[in-house]
Amino acid sequence: MSTNPTRYTVPAIVLHWLISIMILGTFAVGLYMADLRLSPVKLKLFSWHKWSGITVLGLAMLRLTWRLFNQPPSLPDAMQKWQRNIATGLHHLLYLLMFLIPLSGWLMSSAKGFQVVYFGLWPLPDLISKNEIWADYLKEIHEFLNYGMIVLVIGHAAAALKHHFIDKDDVLIRMLPFLKSKTSSKDQK
Amino acid sequence: MFKKIKYWGMGLALLLGAMQVYAVEFNQVVTDQSKLTFVSKQMGVGVDGKFGKFSASIAFDPAHLQTAKAQLDIVMSSIDAGSNEANDEVKDKEWFNVKAFPTAKFVSTAIKALDKNRYEIAGNLTIKGKTKPVTATFTMVPLNAQPATARFEGGFVLKRNDFGIGEGNWADPSVVADEVQIKFNLVAKGK
Repeated sequence: MSTNPTRYTVPAIVLHWLISIMILGTFAVGLYMADLRLSPVKLKLFSWHKWSGITVLGLAMLRLTWRLFNQPPSLPDAMQKWQRNIATGLHHLLYLLMFLIPLSGWLMSSAKGFQVVYFGLWPLPDLISKNEIWADYLKEIHEFLNYGMIVLVIGHAAAALKHHFIDKDDVLIRMLPFLKSKTSSKDQK
Repeated sequence: MFKKIKYWGMGLALLLGAMQVYAVEFNQVVTDQSKLTFVSKQMGVGVDGKFGKFSASIAFDPAHLQTAKAQLDIVMSSIDAGSNEANDEVKDKEWFNVKAFPTAKFVSTAIKALDKNRYEIAGNLTIKGKTKPVTATFTMVPLNAQPATARFEGGFVLKRNDFGIGEGNWADPSVVADEVQIKFNLVAKGK
């Protein structure tokens, strides 16, 4: 474990992209369904949104556990201290929101009096009892955290692209599947 | 000799006393202690609901079941289906059409004993202008002897599509299940 890896591990890459696709999909469904008039379609979308969010929560737990036991590649030496601090802070916030957003949604569902039943089969416990005031607060919190997440995701993607196209380092490549990083291909030669 | 008569007399008095508790006709429903609730299922999620306003009249003497009867009149606008959004929706035409059918009604046709304190009640249920026979089981729980008070709790499974509750797009039982669990909990006093 003492050698500094040049790439993320395969499970880390798979979890990163799976979670990012699920977050974007769940966010889009959430945005669309929120103001729909009550209909069978709305009930379906709400359920799918909740199942997807709970899946993200589960994958995030898996990912955090993996991250704790697998050292990620370090940031390029060329980065300034303040850039490193921003990168680390941003990553911590992204991790935090991967947990807080599904949890706030689950709390909100409980407060609204609708138990979350995963895939319509497995009932999850209600985190709080039905309470209209809390349901309204939690809706605001869930929304606020989501807009925060979108801002962070845009910053995250912009930073990755900047690393790739402006700094021309391998920060993006080492998280991409199927591509060999510049340094590791050099090592192999 | 006197002693014997005294014992017999005491025994008889006890027996009559005991009979008085059970040979009572429960006929005054205590509305504010009674509940009419239901559980609907949406996408596999059970959602609690209730009717806030209903009137029940019963005449129930466990010793004379052949004359026992019950009637329930439910004010449909008093429905709480679990959320404000649902409460607006279910009053519409596709659901209960509350404007055209403001009340639902149950009138019993027969009550029979199943077990100790367990009974079966059959009757006609009218919702949204449609009348269908339904059967429910219930338990009598004695609460108090003087004045005689008992709770009658039971329920049955209503198939909403039999009554056209949730028509059109809503009829799909994979979104809102056809089966709705109806539960009643009536407290009644006797004379």
